[in-house]
Amino acid sequence: MNVQFRPEPSASVSVKTAIADCDIHPARATKDELYPFMAKRWHAHLETYGIQAYHGMMEGPPYPKAQPNASRRDAWPPEGGPQGSSLSFMQKQLLDPYNVALGVLNPLASGQGLRNQDFAGALCVAINDWQIEKWTSKDTRLKASIVVPTEDGAAAAAEIRRRAGDKNFVQVLLLSRNVEPLGQRRYWPIYEAAQEIGLPVGVHAFGFGGNPLTPSGWPSFYIEEMVGHAQCQQTVLASLVLEGVFERYPKLKMVMIEAGFGWAPSLGWRLDKNFERLHSEVPHLKRKPSEYIRDHVWWTTQPMEDPERREHLFQVIEWIGWDKLLFATDYPHWDFDEPSRVLPAGVSDANREAFYLGNAKKLYGIS
Amino acid sequence: MVRHVIAPVEELPPGTRKFLTIDERPIAIFNIKGEFFGLLNRCPHQGAALCEGPLIGLAQSSDPGEIEYTKLGEIIRCPWHGWEFDIRTGQSYCDPRRFRARAYPVNVEPGSAVVKGPYVAETLAVSVESDYVVVDL
Repeated sequence: MNVQFRPEPSASVSVKTAIADCDIHPARATKDELYPFMAKRWHAHLETYGIQAYHGMMEGPPYPKAQPNASRRDAWPPEGGPQGSSLSFMQKQLLDPYNVALGVLNPLASGQGLRNQDFAGALCVAINDWQIEKWTSKDTRLKASIVVPTEDGAAAAAEIRRRAGDKNFVQVLLLSRNVEPLGQRRYWPIYEAAQEIGLPVGVHAFGFGGNPLTPSGWPSFYIEEMVGHAQCQQTVLASLVLEGVFERYPKLKMVMIEAGFGWAPSLGWRLDKNFERLHSEVPHLKRKPSEYIRDHVWWTTQPMEDPERREHLFQVIEWIGWDKLLFATDYPHWDFDEPSRVLPAGVSDANREAFYLGNAKKLYGIS
Repeated sequence: MVRHVIAPVEELPPGTRKFLTIDERPIAIFNIKGEFFGLLNRCPHQGAALCEGPLIGLAQSSDPGEIEYTKLGEIIRCPWHGWEFDIRTGQSYCDPRRFRARAYPVNVEPGSAVVKGPYVAETLAVSVESDYVVVDL
């Protein structure tokens, strides 16, 4: 008999080959962890006025969560602090056991969508510096995302250009729910700057635009937010295509993060069908909407689509392209996808490698 | 089936759970109001450490607006995706036809039954006075 007490928590590893994880959420261990990266004036501001977003739910998120901090219950770092705030625990629970060769950080509580634009800008700069100091300089597998004050196009573009050539960063990060749909002109300086410094722009689910989650108002349940991310992301994508963003910025690459991808073909079909009839309304578009989507858009996998029949999944991926999917876990959040369990059997070795690692390395310029 | 001695009963008071690895299998033993339960600590869905999750009740509804909350403290909820399993049977409430958590029988036995004595090691006397929690794998 072999009984071992207090066993070490370990991941059930069956991922032998290296993978990329394109959606990891780092958190701050303490409220004042950002202070070294902010002027004293903002410390006082934070303590006096707090953080005011565009939405009215001042205490906590506008929709409920399924687990504390929307996180895995086994992800509390042993040294204290919230889930995702400890590099050593992230290494032990995610990076090492799952053989993560590239991990892309997407800070969510980042000052995007604050009503005070100066404060939003200062907070974003601080979070970008903090990502280098606390994460990417300490573990070279991790890469950061440039967070920007989305509603202030000029300040956002300035922050993007300030990070030009900095290898710590692999993308610009926006959220999907903003004051206006992301194709609107107020956001164009962001795309111009991103194209100029050669980084893709990720759009992650959530946001603080002040609008309800759905075009029909405020739903009741968390499950409606979980599926509603797809609706928000469809609005974002339709807006980007139809406003001519990809026509204006032909080298721009977008990443749709954590909002599913099963809806991509049907959105493409609907856009194309209506474009045939209504192209006089959008004469600035030179190609079918679905062509812009296929050429300019990448998709992270988590939460992985899980149809009853795997051939349906493969048909959707075929429409999108096996070269456009980026594996992601969403660590430390509760809807984490376990790498070895998300892709059904029946995928060629080449497609499997692209799905788990190759596409991400290529998109994010990691050799 | 092999019987394994887990711990003296006083080491597992009501409301506690104990994690161990027995023959390379991750096991969790629960004491719920004096009753003992054992589960394989691996969620059948995606392999999370199932027993790190909270013990909750079961919310069921016969009609909209009518909610019954039963089995309080006897439903383990996976720490990742929130799948619910009955601690007594391992039954899944999400997808009972395809998934089941592995439940093991746990009993309390007197020390005299689990350790046939008297054994006297060079400097160590084995106590057989208290009761022990045992699990059958």
